[in-house]
Amino acid sequence: MERIYMDNAATTATDPTVLEEMKPYFTEVYGNPSSFHSFGREARDAVREARDKVADLISADDAKEIVFTSGGTESDNYAIKGVAEELKDKGKHIITSSIEHHAVLHTCEYLEDKGFDVTYLPVDEDGLVDPADVKDAIREDTILITIMLANNEVGTIQPISEISEIAQENDITIHTDAVQAVGSIPVDVNELNVDLLSLSGHKFHSPKGIGALYIRQGTRIEKYLHGGAQERGRRATTENVAGIVGLGKAAQIAGQNLEEKQAKITQLRDKLIDGILEEIDEIKLNGHRTKRLPGNVNFSIRYIEGESILMKLDLAGIAASSGSACTSGSLEASHVLLAMGLSAEVAHGSLRLSLSKYNTEEDIDKVLNVLPEVVSDLRAMSPIYNQD
Amino acid sequence: MMDYSDKVMDHFENPRNVGEIEDADGVGQVGNPSCGDIMKMYIKVDDDNKISDVKFKTFGCGAAIATSSITTELVKGKTLDEAKELSNQAVAEALGGLPDVKMHCSNLAADALRKAINNYLGIETEEEDDFHCHHQHG
Repeated sequence: MERIYMDNAATTATDPTVLEEMKPYFTEVYGNPSSFHSFGREARDAVREARDKVADLISADDAKEIVFTSGGTESDNYAIKGVAEELKDKGKHIITSSIEHHAVLHTCEYLEDKGFDVTYLPVDEDGLVDPADVKDAIREDTILITIMLANNEVGTIQPISEISEIAQENDITIHTDAVQAVGSIPVDVNELNVDLLSLSGHKFHSPKGIGALYIRQGTRIEKYLHGGAQERGRRATTENVAGIVGLGKAAQIAGQNLEEKQAKITQLRDKLIDGILEEIDEIKLNGHRTKRLPGNVNFSIRYIEGESILMKLDLAGIAASSGSACTSGSLEASHVLLAMGLSAEVAHGSLRLSLSKYNTEEDIDKVLNVLPEVVSDLRAMSPIYNQD
Repeated sequence: MMDYSDKVMDHFENPRNVGEIEDADGVGQVGNPSCGDIMKMYIKVDDDNKISDVKFKTFGCGAAIATSSITTELVKGKTLDEAKELSNQAVAEALGGLPDVKMHCSNLAADALRKAINNYLGIETEEEDDFHCHHQHG
């Protein structure tokens, strides 16, 4: 059976060109970038080039502002704990939103245990943070605002430049988790005017285990890993050279014709959204209709439960995801959907289909062919669905 | 995706006895939509106090559907006394086991059946006051 992958918000396939670029860095150019000799120098050059490419993708002024990490979670941890630690004498208040990724939320909860105070801002029914709420939440002891650029579940894109303006007026450090956005939409750290930005390679066709934190020059932040002088002493440990090369190549590829690719994926997304709305009744699109990632489709399908939908789709060869408690392993429905005002019942019936550059029109047609039947099968079984 | 046994997958893909019994002798429902699971069982009882027919409707995950389905198979033709003995644990075992996280949240089909039997017998069953989604059935 030919399978269709529509879970690109979870992870993407490594681009074969990226893999080719990485290959020599395992067996041929295997030097430690910190070493003096030619083996080391070759590796060092490769890391430098990759850093330039990542800086280019997000329009950073200087490649020195890029610190390689193991991925989005580490970048978020580094940014939030690093600022908290560095500025704790100045204040202990952090502002975030209630729909952040757990990498941010659980880091904030950890800091609450350590005596910090965190404000979790609400969102509207589309998942948008109101910049006015950010303004109102600011206190004298606020040291950090951390709000995601685009949501991983519903794809809603936040007004980060408006929020960063407020941060700047109040002299507060601002971080954005841009893991879902980078590589998918144009991201410019100066336009966004953020001090810190997290990105992750495997969301845009590099391998897993590599990401970066952008740190604007002059940003006060504590070192993350103590040890050698790697990453200008901010994150010690011998560089993951092949991974860094892969991230660099993926960044370069992502940046090429980005707007063209974005338009193509958006077109597929809208075909999928419109098709589902046409074929299935009693269904709700989650997330903002237009301020939305090009590849994100998220619906709540009334009267049925998400895991059952995923299982039926999986049996038909379609890989998707859900905000249902049953798929999270935690017995709780998606905190994002609940924060957007959905009832737990409706949140349990959510389905996310996330696209990448590898999805085709045929993939969309297949989903539009399979999904309505899956839904009607499960509804026929549901005691809360009234067939009349 | 959960690691379900072949038997769970079989009952999920080909659920037995789905539907309603219009002139049911007993009906029982457990669960709560906000927890992601509702199971409803319908039974017909014959003159020998045996379950002559049983059907279910379930809103829930794969485990919820599979446990409902196999429960109907396990009790069809059984006497009410026998059927009442069926435990959620036994249902899980009949399916070749369930993932740990599913044992308490989605494994309520035997409870739904017992409610249907009690409904037939005219025994009032306590209304569920458990709005936390962490059922702990022994």
